[in-house]
This record gives sequence, structure tokens and C-alpha cells, in this order.
Amino acid sequence: MADAHKLEILRGLIKFKSNTQKIWGVLILLSIVTAIEVVLGIYKPEALEGKVIGMKILNWIFIILTIVKAYYITWDFMHMRDETKGLRRAVVWTGVFLICYLIFILLQEGGYIQGVYENGFVKRDF
Amino acid sequence: MDTTVVNTGTEGKTWGGGNQPLKASYGKMMMWFFILSDALTFSGFLAAYGFSRFKFIDSWPIADEVFTHVPFLHGQELPMIYVAFMTFILIMSSVTMVLAVDAGHKMNKAKVTIYMFLTIIGGLIFVGSQAWEWATFIKGDYGAIQTNGGNILQFVDNEGHRVALRDFAIVDEHKTRVEDQRKSGIWFTDNESLPTFTLEEVVSGFEANDNILIRTQQLTEDGKKTVLSREESIKQLKANGKAVVEGANLHVNEYGSPLFADFFFFITGFHGFHVFSGVVINIIIFFNVILGTYERRKNYEMVEKVGLYWHFVDLVWVFVFTFFYLV
Repeated sequence: MADAHKLEILRGLIKFKSNTQKIWGVLILLSIVTAIEVVLGIYKPEALEGKVIGMKILNWIFIILTIVKAYYITWDFMHMRDETKGLRRAVVWTGVFLICYLIFILLQEGGYIQGVYENGFVKRDF
Repeated sequence: MDTTVVNTGTEGKTWGGGNQPLKASYGKMMMWFFILSDALTFSGFLAAYGFSRFKFIDSWPIADEVFTHVPFLHGQELPMIYVAFMTFILIMSSVTMVLAVDAGHKMNKAKVTIYMFLTIIGGLIFVGSQAWEWATFIKGDYGAIQTNGGNILQFVDNEGHRVALRDFAIVDEHKTRVEDQRKSGIWFTDNESLPTFTLEEVVSGFEANDNILIRTQQLTEDGKKTVLSREESIKQLKANGKAVVEGANLHVNEYGSPLFADFFFFITGFHGFHVFSGVVINIIIFFNVILGTYERRKNYEMVEKVGLYWHFVDLVWVFVFTFFYLV
């Protein structure tokens, strides 16, 4: 079992000699990503306040970095990289599909209700 | 006995049974599917948070202004620092967990013991930090006024810095405020505890200090809170002010929309409960390791299974961190 680990990350860009070494490598990667998030979160650079597809660039960066972190936690800490394709797909695709659907309907509906408050005859500020 | 068919004639073929296409043990696979369903539960909560936030997109509290406290550094505004620390602790404990799993594969009992112990310590630090964060959030900082419509009015000085109620409210020495008690009414059961100041004290203090303005929940174009002019502030306070709010609970929240507090308590609470149960399970496994249960069983797969759960808790926190504190 101990030899069954796949020891490369970033599509083979970084190769590790042992599983232990890979774990520390992934920790460094995750720490860097978190540090970037925190620094951006504190300083909020003006240049990233612009909007792309209805959301701030900064928020897109946060969400993408979060998914990157989630990928490495699942793939390397939870050893998803070493599981069979079938198990990987059964878990990941199910989750990704249902979560995307859920997010879409709820955010769509929330935006609609906001529009009703904004443009309708509901008084909220008193 | 020969009347029942025991051989199907398909043994050894793909559909003949007995093969393991996923090459994972039953326990590990079930842990994965539990994690999947738990992930859907959490995403349900986070999506509901997103729903409420989109509903009040122009008046939602700014997380950077809410979570600014760090233990032992009193009175300093340090947004994000403590949560970043908590995130790091959890990632660190994930690393020690995966090192324990790795040591388990090598049947190294001593190393598994040490790494499991470190994981448990990390988990405890995280749960403790979360308890501290809750306590700070519940206690509140500056205090605010709630309007008849349930909106929150906060106070700022001319430069836009927040001003606490205790800094300007004029305390009426002669007042007698009695907390209602059970004996004072037939139908009365319980009372919320009285705030430090009454509405009248805050209003008179506000009128006496010319440099204080009111900040409403509404966000401006560039994502800052709207600050009213002095005249508007007095008008708004006198016409709509209803109650003094200090801190947050499930009904009111001095930082803005009560929904923000509700979701904060619910989501971080549910996650904290997961961390807590993870710590309990880790402790059980830790003692099993010490007692040599897995040494005798000749495999440490149990450590791997709780490891999966522990990493999942970390995974969820990564998302909670982003959607509660960053975005």
C-alpha cells in the first residue's frame, strides 16, 4: 500500500521522493494560497474591485483559490488521487453537480427577491 | 439440497459477483459516501446564506468590520488575522493527521501515536478559538440602535470611525429601571436582560455631541455603509429609534441584519460541532492505537477512515472561511 501513492502534483511539475515529502509540499502550497487570500482580504486592492460577469474580480479570485485548496485537500490529504476512477467520479461528480444546481437556484431566487424589494412597493427603511 | 441452484455459471465474469471495481474496503467507501452527503448538507447551509445575502445585497454587514478582534490585543482593529490563524491551525492538524495515516501504512505505532496526539491538540485549539470568537460576537463591541423597521443604526464620528454607545450616552442618575419579574404579571414568564443604556440616554448623549453621525445599513455604490448628515441623523434617531442593541443573538444583531448572526451561529456552530465530534472520534482511535488494537489487526485502516472525516472538516472550513469572511 505504501508504495501505491502517486507522488506528483501540478500535472507532474513538482515530483516528490516520498509520501511524507509530498504532504509537506502540499502544506506549503496550501499555506501560500491562504496567505494570498488573507493579504488580498485585508488590503482589497482597488484594481480588483471591477466586475466580471456580475461579481467583483476579487471575489472570483477568492472562490477560485478556495476550489484550488479544496482540490489539494481532497486529492492529496484524502488520497483521492490514489483511488480508482470509478470511486473518484462517484463522489466528486455527484457533489459538484448537485452543489452547482443548488447554488444556482438559490442565488437566482435571492436576486429576484432583492429586485422585488428594490422596485416593488415594499417599505423596509423605517 | 440439490433443488436450489447455487451456481449461476457466470463466476469469474464481470457480472458474476465477487469483484471489487472500486478497490476500496466497505468502511472506506461508506465513509466517502457519508462525506458526500455531509458536504451536500453544508452546501445547503452555505447556499441558504448566499440566498439571504443576495436578498439583502445592498445592506448586508461587512465581515471585515465584524470580526476584527484578536485575543490579548484589546481595542485593536485587526480584521482577518484571527480567522487566518484558525484556518492555519486546522490545515496544520490536517497535515499531522495525514502523517499519522502515512505512518499507519508503515505500521509505525510510535509515530501514529504522536501524530494522532498532535491532531487532537490542533482540533482542541480550533474549537477553543471558535468558542472565543462566538463569545466576542455575542458580547458585541460598539452597540447600536434598532429602528421600528428592524434596521440597525450605528454611530460614527466626523472621520467615519465607529463610536461606542458607552462613549457618548449620558447616563441618567435618577432613573429607576426595574427588570420585569415573574411575580409582576400573571402571564409573564421571562424577560430579556436590560441593555446598559436606555434609548433616552443614547438620544440625549447624541444631541449633546455635535460630532457624532449615524451610519445606516445601506451600502453605497462603492460598498461602504451610508453615513447620514447631522440633521438627518437626529431626525432618523428620534423618529425611528426603538431599542438599544448590544452584541448579537438570534433576534437582534448590532452589526446589521439579524440573519447574518443567525447564519453565523448556525453554520460555524454546525461546523464546530463536526470538529468537536471529530476530536472525540480521534481520541477514541488514539487510545485504540496506544492499546495496540490496530497492531494486532495488522492494519491501520481505522486511522485512515477517521482521517478522511477529519480532512473533510478542514475542507468545509476552507469554504466557510471564504464565504463568511472573505467574499
